[in-house]
Amino acid sequence: MTDTSPAASAPAKPRNFFAALEVDTRLIGMIGAFVIICLIFNFLTDGRFMTPRNIFNLTIQTASVAIMATGMVFVIVTRHIDLSVGALLATCSAVMAMIQTLVMPDWLGLGLDHPATMPVAIIVGMATGAAIGAFQGWLVGYLTIPAFIVTLGGYLVWRNVAWHLTSGQTIGPLDSNFQLFGGINGTLGESWSWIFAVFAIIGSVYALWQSRRTKVKHEFPVKPIWAEMVLGAIIAVTIVGFVAILNTYEIPVRRLQRIYEARGEVLPEGVTQGYGLPISVLLLIVIAIAMTIIARRTRLGRYIFATGGNPEAAVLAGINTRLLTVKVFALMGLLCAISAIVASSRQTFHSNDIGTLDELRVIAAAVIGGTALSGGMGTIYGAILGALIMQSLQSGMAMVGVDAPYQNMVVGSVLVVAVLIDIIYRRRTGDKV
Amino acid sequence: MTAPLVELRDMQKSFGGIKAVDHVTIDLHPGEVVGVLGHNGAGKSVLMKMLSGALQRDAGEIWINGEQAAISNPRDARNYQIETIYQYLALADNLDAASNLFLGRELITRMGFVNDALMEAETRKIMKRLNPNFRRFHTPVAGLSGGQRQSVAIARAVYFNARILIMDEPTAALGVQETRMVAELIEQLKSEGIGIFLIDHDIHQVKMLCDRANVLRTGQLVGTVKVDEVSEDDMLGMIIAGKCPPQGVPGPGALA
Repeated sequence: MTDTSPAASAPAKPRNFFAALEVDTRLIGMIGAFVIICLIFNFLTDGRFMTPRNIFNLTIQTASVAIMATGMVFVIVTRHIDLSVGALLATCSAVMAMIQTLVMPDWLGLGLDHPATMPVAIIVGMATGAAIGAFQGWLVGYLTIPAFIVTLGGYLVWRNVAWHLTSGQTIGPLDSNFQLFGGINGTLGESWSWIFAVFAIIGSVYALWQSRRTKVKHEFPVKPIWAEMVLGAIIAVTIVGFVAILNTYEIPVRRLQRIYEARGEVLPEGVTQGYGLPISVLLLIVIAIAMTIIARRTRLGRYIFATGGNPEAAVLAGINTRLLTVKVFALMGLLCAISAIVASSRQTFHSNDIGTLDELRVIAAAVIGGTALSGGMGTIYGAILGALIMQSLQSGMAMVGVDAPYQNMVVGSVLVVAVLIDIIYRRRTGDKV
Repeated sequence: MTAPLVELRDMQKSFGGIKAVDHVTIDLHPGEVVGVLGHNGAGKSVLMKMLSGALQRDAGEIWINGEQAAISNPRDARNYQIETIYQYLALADNLDAASNLFLGRELITRMGFVNDALMEAETRKIMKRLNPNFRRFHTPVAGLSGGQRQSVAIARAVYFNARILIMDEPTAALGVQETRMVAELIEQLKSEGIGIFLIDHDIHQVKMLCDRANVLRTGQLVGTVKVDEVSEDDMLGMIIAGKCPPQGVPGPGALA
């Protein structure tokens, strides 16, 4: 018992730059992989990959899968799986589409684009997703049917419940307010995007400062002050850069003219306007923060990870693991509904095939992001990065002109290799979480 | 004589048709270490799990300080200040020492979030007392040695002011040095008036640490002996052949 912890013994002389920053090396690895992928595609497409337009598209294409992937992290951490998320998304999407095109305008006689339609559709959709998720969680937790079976059944059931609800028809166009969540149809614009950036930076710096203050208060070792500042600077530059790029993607003049006309104004000569941050991406960011807080700062999150690490120990510690399973699946269902909002409003209608194969993309995103299928291990930011990496590969290959079957072969191989790298990494670092 | 700290009266538990614990009655006094011995499958762990709330008894009564106690889950047991130290089951390998110590009883900030900093500070305090060499507060416990893991488990019991401690083979996975550390801890807890049930296979260790020992065989109590009054062979005879020596108090499972 002569071991020493690096944090306790060597705060003053860190081994290297990254150690001083105390940033997860796996995170750095994933970001590195993502950057390399971007650079390669940018080279292969003669610079078309890293244009503001494509980066904008990448973010809105990633949002739906990434939102669900954050929930899948909890499911997989508790040693379960959810194969039904794509189908559940379809059911939620169908329910919301029906509310927008049938229930609100016809049954309740409110007409199209009534201001109440969007919130009602969203609330009912989210309730549907959470209820179905809770039901599946109950089957898993209380009736002890393996999650694989429950959600494999759910995969068939919910996709076809969606089909039944809509009689297999495509339903649209959706409510115009609802479409704001679709990406290009709903962005913050330049000024609000910058305001968002300012708040994001203030929030991040405050979080860093607060964390340091707590450590000082308890007399724990802290990182050198320069490391905190470097970290803060990296975060600030990232936020500013991201918003700047999205703001650079300009709304086409025709479209801008229509926006001005709708307001009863005339587009002044030479005025341009960037899209800025899509609302769907803002939603993803908010969900990512909320899910990270749940994972790290709440009892629910602590119990999710404890149960994944050692279910028996969790039970002996007095944790109701059955109810926990219901909560985890209900949360997954809720996130499926939110993804359904983003996915259906992006295509401006509900279609039968919405969310097809999403279950596999979502699981792959979580796993590429370092979530271990053996349970107890995974991060929210990892899953989002995983989703982003997969979407980049897919979009990049499409831009290069790789045929779809080959794209799938590459993505499949990347999934397997990513897990292999993770296993090797864990062996080297000795099972570090 | 004052009421015992714990009395398990006529405890019964069956799994399918098998009587895992069959009419067992034993007791424990403050500041006493009482061994629970027997072969694998003799029913000692099942008996203790009924006290710790991990298993529901079919029949029988649990009395604590002369009052009947209602224990049907681990939380109930904790309310009676019953803490259990399991050899293999108790820690979530992916969490650090503080998270494990407070698992199920997290300290909460005013905002309702888990107060990791305060929990770490408390963990550092208690570990300073129990295992001053312990420094790896940010490592998942999977990365700790057997002794370090055990000290986390023991710290959990001590921190929450256990009055009744159940130790299930606390030294089974430990080296000589670490076993000595645990033995010293048991002595220390004993001197603080805590009653300890010690499940153990090692007769030598039982001789050394326990005041009394109960031997179970195929779910029945062979008998209760004061360890000073009997030899190690006597105890082996109880475990293997079910023979209670004349110095002991025979139970329903004693053979002639």
